[in-house]
Amino acid sequence: MNAFAQLLDALAYEPSRNNKLRLLKDYFSRMPDPERGYGLAAMTGALSFTHAKPAVIRALIAERTDPVLFEMSYDYVGDLSETVALMWPAPRQERRNVAAPTLSEVVHGLHEADKHSLPALLASWLDDLDETGRWALLKLITGGLRIGVSARLAKTAVAGLGALAPNEIEEVWHGLIPPYLDLFAWVEGREAKPMARHPAPFRTPMLAHALVETECARLDPAEFVAEWKWDGIRVQAVTGTSAEGARVLRLYSRTGEDISASFPDLVAMLADEHFGDVAVDGELLILREGRVEPFSVLQQRLNRKTVSAKHVAQFPAHMRAYDLLSENGEDLRALPFVQRRERLEAFVARVAHPKLDLSQRVSFTTWEDLAAARRDPACAGAGVDAEAIEGVMMKRADSIYVPGRPKGLWYKWKRDPFNIDAVLMYAQRGHGKRSSFYSDYTFGVWRGEELVPVGKAYFGFTDEELKKLDKYVRNHTRNRFGPVRELDFSREQGLVLEVAFEGLNRSTRHKSGVAMRFPRVARIRWDKPARDADQLATLEALLDAPSRTATKAQPLPEKM
Amino acid sequence: MALSDLLTLTPAGLYCPQADVYIDPVRSVPRALITHGHSDHARAGHGAVLATPETLAIMALRYGEAFCDARQPVAYGEVVGLSGLEVSFHPAGHVLGSAQIRLRGPYGCVVISGDYKRAYDPTCAPFEVLRCDAFVTEATFGLPVFRHPDARGEVARLIASCRLFPERAHLVGAYALGKAQRVMKLLREAGWDRPIWIHGALEKITHFYQQQGTDLGAIEKVTAAERAERAGDIIICPPGQLNDLWSRKFPDPVTAFASGWMRVRARARQRGVELPLVISDHVDWDDLCATIVETGASEIWVTHGAEDAIVHWCRARGLDAQPLHMIGYGDDESEAAAEVTDA
Ligand SMILES: [Zn+2]
Ligand SMILES: [Zn+2]
Repeated sequence: MNAFAQLLDALAYEPSRNNKLRLLKDYFSRMPDPERGYGLAAMTGALSFTHAKPAVIRALIAERTDPVLFEMSYDYVGDLSETVALMWPAPRQERRNVAAPTLSEVVHGLHEADKHSLPALLASWLDDLDETGRWALLKLITGGLRIGVSARLAKTAVAGLGALAPNEIEEVWHGLIPPYLDLFAWVEGREAKPMARHPAPFRTPMLAHALVETECARLDPAEFVAEWKWDGIRVQAVTGTSAEGARVLRLYSRTGEDISASFPDLVAMLADEHFGDVAVDGELLILREGRVEPFSVLQQRLNRKTVSAKHVAQFPAHMRAYDLLSENGEDLRALPFVQRRERLEAFVARVAHPKLDLSQRVSFTTWEDLAAARRDPACAGAGVDAEAIEGVMMKRADSIYVPGRPKGLWYKWKRDPFNIDAVLMYAQRGHGKRSSFYSDYTFGVWRGEELVPVGKAYFGFTDEELKKLDKYVRNHTRNRFGPVRELDFSREQGLVLEVAFEGLNRSTRHKSGVAMRFPRVARIRWDKPARDADQLATLEALLDAPSRTATKAQPLPEKM
Repeated sequence: MALSDLLTLTPAGLYCPQADVYIDPVRSVPRALITHGHSDHARAGHGAVLATPETLAIMALRYGEAFCDARQPVAYGEVVGLSGLEVSFHPAGHVLGSAQIRLRGPYGCVVISGDYKRAYDPTCAPFEVLRCDAFVTEATFGLPVFRHPDARGEVARLIASCRLFPERAHLVGAYALGKAQRVMKLLREAGWDRPIWIHGALEKITHFYQQQGTDLGAIEKVTAAERAERAGDIIICPPGQLNDLWSRKFPDPVTAFASGWMRVRARARQRGVELPLVISDHVDWDDLCATIVETGASEIWVTHGAEDAIVHWCRARGLDAQPLHMIGYGDDESEAAAEVTDA
């Protein structure tokens, strides 16, 4: 466990993603099985055991130290686990002759321990670990292990042991269990790919690039199919049958998070016998009386921690299908889009479930036609649902389904181009009645591996949202510079804000080279990973696009 | 006999009325005994100074030959008579030349520790336990959370990081006197055989250590122009340089800081350190407590640091302990500030 603790410690101090990756790879290549597998499990949140209450730890340290000295120390260090780890009166490292417990021993021990046996077990481990090991153990068992590394990064490091792409790991992941002996064996080329034993695995979704309007000149409209871009959340519905013959029904978010528990109404739909074993890519929307509700309504359902029957009835979820990735054991992703679309249409017709429908195609001949539809979806077939439309999606008719964000296949062409997804970087207290809240936000977009600030927003959110943002800021502060807090942002973590603005100018004053006019927070994207925020190039393209003023016509509807 | 008969506290520092000398005074005084060369203990401008030959040499290096009117070198263990008192200097294990000062009179014996440590340090003489009636101790790391690991393990982590990131430079912040040379020597003992590069501010003192017979291997001063070429190298500099513009020209530098303060994560983070190395030249909590017991002293004065905790610990053991709350002595942080100007 000491080696794992050292890794966690090093990761916590290392700011760069690439260097974190190196530290992780070093650990995975150096450590034997099953130790590294349990390390991976701890970092991906795959370990489950009953957490110890801080009171248990306080009681252990109280038996061993002077209460006055403990209080002085706690006061100085400011963190219970760290104080106990440092103060624990263990024999000195160099004089200790017992071997420190391995992470595997700890995981097994915790699994078998109950409330009564835990304190003594914990005390014996604390005696045998070094300071860093004790710190990591205490964080682990109290559930306070914040590693600064996402599950995704840990998996990327494992993929890097061999020559695999992280998405390949993602696809088998849901079928694997710690300590992942089969995964490491596959990655290191010793054994075949662990068959996706998960009967309903997640598949990494295909994402679109933002369209730069000048690009249209190079693209042939005849090679593309268009659909509406819906303002809901991207989901993947997967059904399968376990080896024991049980039906397995899953609803995944775009990052592979299992969100089935939040949408019992959709899971009930998946239980329909006509589904078979499929993986459907689509958008989750709230539909009331056949009408798509705007995102603000969907958000009211998303914000709930527990799902009540009343809530489900009030905000009925619906799935609008984009794509069919797999059907009854056949992987369809290598087929061109139009063929997958045929299979999807047949599937949706066969199921004929009121909570599932097809994403409609938008017909067009020229790019001007499509631009007109995008400007006014109501008149182009969307009718009363126009308010829930963000723009149009353009997909190459021959595009195979490529996990990730491949170039040149899919484009999103947003209705209001002056809308970007940015990452919250700094926050400052407001003025007047907001002076107790962090209400001034500096946000940035990606330039390669780095986030560059592109603007500051002070409004656009409700008082309720302000409270949540303020809480987020306080819980995710990395540094303080006077009144300014720097947040914990990286590719792996951070809060995405959808920012709307009136225009864009070149600026020599800003590091990014651009300055926004009247930016405001259009929406808080609690669901979106920071790495998927926009690139600076997207903004730069807006600067250069000659048609910019022409498309600016529609102001964004205030979301809240 | 009471400790206060031999030693009292004045605004200038600890004072011995019978011998009319101050110990590590913070103001100019006619006669001073200096424990060691760190700038918060060894100041310029006194009349006569008694100290170990190494400490006197270090003061001359830092302040110029005219740092006092008259100096008297006293070797470890040598006894000097001052107005009926026996004064002697004994190794403190803190830095080269560092000493505890023992004052012995007909009624008893006082030992003033200066800064000291008990941990392994191949660059200076090891701490000697002196039995005494009263022990005047520092308590820089006087909280039970400070339990320093073996410095050799910390240096091993530094070398492991160099192996993992061979394309990056490793910048190690270390105080110019003592810590820097200890890290160099530990690196050599761990088998690091590339030249060790140093910031100009470390040059004089490091050269002095070498002259005094500490074999540090090849030590090179890093020039501004060559910073970009230092991939895979270890560069030792004053801590203040770590976050300075100076450090940015190195290839993707890993910033390390060798200090006892690195034990506490919040402090390491506050300094923006990426590789905290818990290497201290002061006693940690366990050694502080052990030393107090081993001296056999019944009266304990705590000069500077986290005095309250150790005073509480002493009193719980029936020892008569007093916090002196002495100001003017830094932890090592103020020492660091002084040394950047040392170049
Ligand atoms: Zn010192
Ligand atoms: Zn000192």
